[in-house]
Amino acid sequence: MSDVLVVAEGRNGELREVSFELLTAGRELADAAGGELHVAVITGPVAEYAAELNREGVDAIHTVDAGEEFNHDVYVQAIEGLYDAVEPGYVLAPNSVNGLDYAPAVATALDLAIVTDVVDLELGDALVATREMYGGKVETTVETPTDRTLVTIRGGEWPPAEGEGSATIEAADVEIDEDAISSTVTGYEEVAGGDVDIADADVLVSVGRGIEEEDNLELIFELAEAMDATVSSSRPIVDNGWLPPNRQVGQSGKVVTPEVYIAIGISGAVQHVAGMKGAENIVAINTDPNAPIMDIADYAIHDDLFDVVPALTAKFAD
Amino acid sequence: MKVLVTVKEVATVDDEFEIDGVGIDDRFLGADLNEWDDYAIEEAVQLGEAGIADEVVTVTIGPEDAEQTIRQGLAKGADRAIRIWDDALAEADLLDVEAKTEILSAVVAEEEPDLVLTGVQADDDGFGATGVALAESIDYSWAAVVNELDLDAEAGVASVHRELEGGLEELVDVDLPAVLTIQTGINEPRYASLRGIRQAQRKELAHLTLEELGLAESVVAGDLTLTSMYEPETESDATIFEGSPEETAGQLAELLREEGVAP
Ligand SMILES: Cc1cc2nc3c(=O)[nH]c(=O)nc-3n(C[C@H](O)[C@H](O)[C@H](O)COP(=O)(O)OP(=O)(O)OC[C@H]3O[C@@H](n4cnc5c(N)ncnc54)[C@H](O)[C@@H]3O)c2cc1C
Ligand SMILES: Nc1ncnc2c1ncn2[C@@H]1O[C@H](COP(=O)(O)O)[C@@H](O)[C@H]1O
Repeated sequence: MSDVLVVAEGRNGELREVSFELLTAGRELADAAGGELHVAVITGPVAEYAAELNREGVDAIHTVDAGEEFNHDVYVQAIEGLYDAVEPGYVLAPNSVNGLDYAPAVATALDLAIVTDVVDLELGDALVATREMYGGKVETTVETPTDRTLVTIRGGEWPPAEGEGSATIEAADVEIDEDAISSTVTGYEEVAGGDVDIADADVLVSVGRGIEEEDNLELIFELAEAMDATVSSSRPIVDNGWLPPNRQVGQSGKVVTPEVYIAIGISGAVQHVAGMKGAENIVAINTDPNAPIMDIADYAIHDDLFDVVPALTAKFAD
Repeated sequence: MKVLVTVKEVATVDDEFEIDGVGIDDRFLGADLNEWDDYAIEEAVQLGEAGIADEVVTVTIGPEDAEQTIRQGLAKGADRAIRIWDDALAEADLLDVEAKTEILSAVVAEEEPDLVLTGVQADDDGFGATGVALAESIDYSWAAVVNELDLDAEAGVASVHRELEGGLEELVDVDLPAVLTIQTGINEPRYASLRGIRQAQRKELAHLTLEELGLAESVVAGDLTLTSMYEPETESDATIFEGSPEETAGQLAELLREEGVAP
């Protein structure tokens, strides 16, 4: 019998969706382990967060009122304290940018095994976690024999928990040692503003690393012009400085929901897909029939973009 | 100050491949410098050029074959390199975060760098966890997913931007010594010059075993066991256009016109 402790995530006064998905993943694991589901709510408006997280299946919510926004040193200390108090078998955290800023440190500090970016969990004789490798080309299962494991889960893989809960809500008895805090958040900055808002476009012609060289972007702009569409891109194109940041689709760029999204030479990494899976029609042009983008494409051409794109432009230029 | 950069040679996979046991058959694998580590090397080399870093050392846990990748780092301007490998490491199916952390911690104890730069994630197994786990283990401060770095060596503070989701950046001051996990786009990694490549041949590339690092073979065991690898069942119900580029482009154009989304 093991309990499960999940760590919720908020930002700017709002809980992020993955927090509710964590409740579902946590409840499933707690059922399999015959234990209780505990939730840690650390920093931010913790009382409001706790009330919102009190959904079906949650047994206890522990709040740590320690500042408005995320600080990993506070998180690590708070989770260490809660771990000692709750003594869970498993800790679940989001595989978010902030999750990756504290979860590995928690695992090291508490000497837990860590498995990250998990898309499925089964508990039998061992804990079996499913995760991808090679940018989603293969899936693997990894086992941890111990019940002292920290798992970070990928967003969007579990449905969010719903319903009214009857959890106990308590301020946790943990002390934060201010002297042990060696990083200070000094502010926030919005990036990626500018001339074009790709989120407004009905049709996006989106280009990825398959384009190979900056000069070849011309092909993409010609197609977009012929189709009266807007050009967007995956991250490497922006990293290379070939397009400005406001053109980037994905986790750290923009979320877009156009009528048509044409992914050209884009593999479909999870962080890219996070920004475009809501498009109505997804078209993929890619030489690799096994590229992960094919899983979410509605239409596909398995061929060389340098042949297909000019041909397509010609069809619209007629 | 001394900067240590962790550098992984990652496996790349051909479009068509076969799985053999819990790994991809060697015939379908290539090797490359991990993209994120390329940016980390560049950041360190630029700190050297700015007169902030006196020495840039790279460390790689990897087989002899990885030396081609390690030499790339040296050719781009790192001063020397360390490679950790032995039979125990060669036999492991999966080197988990805990094992890598223990090994890299031993290197840090030896080298005592002021700053450690890792990549955000390794492109092949993608744990995204080694840098932060290492920081906790060696009692350094840290910041994950850094896409801007401004170092004040005298004050002993690294002012960084952390790239959060949705175009938001968090500005953080981190006390040195620190581990930063570097995100792509933070700089423009250089190509190695011919001169750099020549010089790299003469730079020190030390090979160490676990024993030489004072570690027991058992560190390799870790907590995780890789038990299966398979091609994910495709959830694709995509309509695939077949034919020559001329034909497929024609079918797609027709569809887009039917949908009323293109002129
Ligand atoms: C914290 C974090 C945040 C991230 N945020 C984002 C984000 O917001 N947006 C984003 O996009 N990525 C993001 N990434 C990066 C992401 O993991 C991938 O590295 C990136 O999406 C890959 O871009 P790509 O598909 O263009 O390149 P690749 O993965 O290299 O794919 C190139 C594709 O082009 C195909 N191709 C090659 N040549 C041709 C040809 N001649 N014709 C047709 N097809 C061809 C290949 O088969 C391949 O599928 C993030 C990563 C991290 C760690
Ligand atoms: N075998 C290795 N040798 C050296 N550095 C590594 C190794 N594996 C991972 N790293 C470093 O840790 C970072 C994150 O890797 P990971 O946590 O495996 O995704 C990489 O970008 C590397 O900088």
